[in-house]
Amino acid sequence: MSDHIASPKLYVGIFLALMVGTALTVFAAYKDLGPWNIVVALAIATFKATLVVLFFMHAKYSPKRTHLVIICAVFWLGIMLALTLTDYHTRHDFSFLRSPATTVTRSV
Amino acid sequence: MHRTGELYGQFETLEQQKDTAQLGMWIFLVTEVLFFGGMFLTYTINRHAFSAAFGIGGNTLDLRLGGLNTVILIMSSLTMAMAVWAAQVGKKKRVTGFLIATLILGGAFLGVKAIEYKQKYDHHLIPGSTFNVTYCVNNPSSCGLAGKQLEDERREIEEAIKAEENENPGSGLIALNAHAQLYFSLYFAMTGLHALHMVIGAGLLLWLIAQSFGGRFGPGYNTPVEVTGLYWHFVDIVWIYLFPLLYLIDRHN
Repeated sequence: MSDHIASPKLYVGIFLALMVGTALTVFAAYKDLGPWNIVVALAIATFKATLVVLFFMHAKYSPKRTHLVIICAVFWLGIMLALTLTDYHTRHDFSFLRSPATTVTRSV
Repeated sequence: MHRTGELYGQFETLEQQKDTAQLGMWIFLVTEVLFFGGMFLTYTINRHAFSAAFGIGGNTLDLRLGGLNTVILIMSSLTMAMAVWAAQVGKKKRVTGFLIATLILGGAFLGVKAIEYKQKYDHHLIPGSTFNVTYCVNNPSSCGLAGKQLEDERREIEEAIKAEENENPGSGLIALNAHAQLYFSLYFAMTGLHALHMVIGAGLLLWLIAQSFGGRFGPGYNTPVEVTGLYWHFVDIVWIYLFPLLYLIDRHN
């Protein structure tokens, strides 16, 4: 077997980085950054997820075939998010999403 | 099935067999990414459409418990990675130790989640006929609300009712209650499915622990530990996104 064996030191380092990321995301949530709050939150989450995938899940030491699978997952997720959000973004009236309860009361 | 030692008949080498098992798990995780991705998409669209109600919903969650759970889960990912490491370097006793640690941390996560769900039940925040987003500001003592916290919450809810009133003239409170239920439906669906994944992961861990007592996993054979590890880390990643999106979305107000 030709497993690449990462050292426990590296794992503890990644763990500490994830802890710092968690603290940072809570800290940033209390600052009013306007529309950037969500961007910062998602950027930190994506950074943390990348660390988990690369090191805890050994993607860094995996064959190219595994990299291809991961890239496909991100790509397909991107298609789903981008196309659906493009649709919703070009609708200016969200009343069709509203609860029927609100309209019932108005008509009574 | 034809099998020589650990090697099943359809494979040439143990390495190929292990690669195949890992590839299988990765492909399963692709389907999981799209499955959870659909839920995140639903959440995003509804949060955009009903930002006032979703802001109220997010701020009712207990940040300390959510933060604690984030720490617990990341710690369990560390112990899981260490279990794989212990198997790779042949420290067979430590494999069992790290797997048990992972199981305990996973159980602690679910315990904290149960406390949070109970709190939502007590605060009338389970979607249904008894749902009432103003329950806590109207009965502050039963929610442990007082002083500035109570004032802040009351102000937030009043602002949210006003925002809903603009969209739904004459039925601001009804609309806020309806759309806050949308938030909580998504909250329970997403955290519930995440918790279900944790329960399945805990089952896999029990199965691994049982085998590891006999020293089954070492440098030569550790595929089940490694593949379960991939699954466990994925569940951790889902929570890494759930935590900021559900708990932190509107804290700055």
